Amino acid sequence: MLHIVACIKQVPDTKVAKINPRTNTIDRASAPAILNPYDAHAVEEAVRLRARYGGIVSVLTMGPPPAVKAIRRCIEIGADEGYMITDRAFAGADTLATSYALTKALEKIALERPIDLIVCGKMTIDGDTGQVGPGIARRLDIPPLTSVCKVAEINRELGLAVVHRKLEDGYEVVRSTLPCLLSVEKDINEVPYSSMPNVLRAARYQPHIWSVADLSGIDRAQLGLKGSPTIVSSVWAPPKPQGGALLEGSPQEQVSRLLAIVLERRELLEVSLA
Amino acid sequence: MNFDDYRGVWVFLEVKDGAIAPVALELLGAGRQLADKRQAKLSGVLIGEGVSPLARTALSYGADRVFVYDAPIYRDYRTEAYMRAMLGCVEKHKPEILLYGATSTGKDLASAVATDLPTGLTADSTQLDVEADTGLLLASRPAFGGNIMATILCKKYRPQMATVRPRVMKALPPDPERSGEIVAESIPLQEEDVRTKVLEIVRATTRRARIEEADVIVSGGKGMGGPAGFELIRRLAGTLGAAVGASRDVVEAGWIGHDHQVGQTGVTVTPKIYFAIGISGAIQHLVGMQNSGLIIAINNDPAAPIFQSCHYGIVGDALQIVPLLIDAFETALGRKEKEEAHAGEV
Repeated sequence: MLHIVACIKQVPDTKVAKINPRTNTIDRASAPAILNPYDAHAVEEAVRLRARYGGIVSVLTMGPPPAVKAIRRCIEIGADEGYMITDRAFAGADTLATSYALTKALEKIALERPIDLIVCGKMTIDGDTGQVGPGIARRLDIPPLTSVCKVAEINRELGLAVVHRKLEDGYEVVRSTLPCLLSVEKDINEVPYSSMPNVLRAARYQPHIWSVADLSGIDRAQLGLKGSPTIVSSVWAPPKPQGGALLEGSPQEQVSRLLAIVLERRELLEVSLA
Repeated sequence: MNFDDYRGVWVFLEVKDGAIAPVALELLGAGRQLADKRQAKLSGVLIGEGVSPLARTALSYGADRVFVYDAPIYRDYRTEAYMRAMLGCVEKHKPEILLYGATSTGKDLASAVATDLPTGLTADSTQLDVEADTGLLLASRPAFGGNIMATILCKKYRPQMATVRPRVMKALPPDPERSGEIVAESIPLQEEDVRTKVLEIVRATTRRARIEEADVIVSGGKGMGGPAGFELIRRLAGTLGAAVGASRDVVEAGWIGHDHQVGQTGVTVTPKIYFAIGISGAIQHLVGMQNSGLIIAINNDPAAPIFQSCHYGIVGDALQIVPLLIDAFETALGRKEKEEAHAGEV
């Protein structure tokens, strides 16, 4: 039976998050924690594939205990099972340490039920890197397929997947062996309102929760801050914009002034027409 | 790991449509500065099929040396094939710093290479500097939806890697007289070693201006009132030969497709000229366009944050101003006469 695992993350909603101007860090109390919006599309795609081919959809996250809420949101979307790894040892992980920890959890999940396909969102809105998905694929030594905008076919019997990868001016059709890892684009699907049975199930759902001690063969030196090659040396507020010059006068005068400013760069308009 | 073994600055020379991608040329410009500061060589890594002639281009844009992996197996970008070439090159020649364009290909490759080496990778950098004495790369990037900037270091691993946003760094003017070393490289790699295959490449049929690459973008927001008002944005863009952008709420309202969304959950753009019309300028929009060359804002609310982030602003009703602008540009750019003359012929 097809087993799809979506890797997801709970993130502060950067749309409303406020920055503490003294420390230049995000004021977590100001921002509700939400399921990373890109990950909702990953879970939705997994659920749609299950509808097409049958199977089981699991979700996996690493995070502090409140991240259970993000798993419940995935259950609302339609996931069957949720797994969470949570431990102080994971704190401060960069993308390399994150992909390591998630890979160890995936290996444990695969012992219970072999994994055919891993689906990730394009990136998270708090880290903004998109590096964790390909990192997991490399660690598991399965093909990473990023920028996926359509899953054309999954054939477990033949062990192959055919997907469309979004290009800057179109798309390419790629065939891969299974298992593989997909990082999906936001426009791969629309996440519909959740069904009432899913919502009710999610409210009561308790995910499988593991700490470092539950994962086998783990090298603690590769976890968390210690296992992270990158460090944030400083954070600073971007230079405050100076504000623009307002063009005065009647609308016709404003337009004439603007015209003169833009026409100084007339060559750009010619180039972009070519 | 002996850091002294790792020398020089490298740039992944992404190839697009048979030419070196603009972002790679920009990175050669940025990389040249870093290499000079470290008194080290700047090298490019060129991977593809039939790409050898492009090595000269890289030299003219500032590279001292280009490693070329030219073989049929590299015809299409595939993570596993390109990654093997890059890993082989890094292990053999050991760079101190390795930069990639933050394009979908560059990010895909860099993520895989970073995991296998392993080393640190900073995503979407917009500023680069290097400590002259230690070689430590200072890669800075917007974080938390652009609310803050963060400088990221990789102290304990080499090479230090970063992906860098397109259109942020400046390419050097090409000098065809510049000479350098072109090194043909290869690794043992068979088709069976690569588990993916590109079956087909489908190009978008409409040659519509794409916002990621456009020199001029006209973006509209909720201030356009509705789909009919937004049509004015399309018309102005058409007059200027510009691409059409949009704010998130406009995309969510369905006035235009998601491909046009500028901002944190859309596309980051850095055109030479950016028009923000009827867009208030939420931080999530600003992070997607604030590095544009010339930003022009039109909004009826003088307190709209967009006026803090623009170069020139017009406080006024977009529905009144934009038609006047279209008319003025049509006249100034001779579009009107041409159309009329054409109509006359028929």
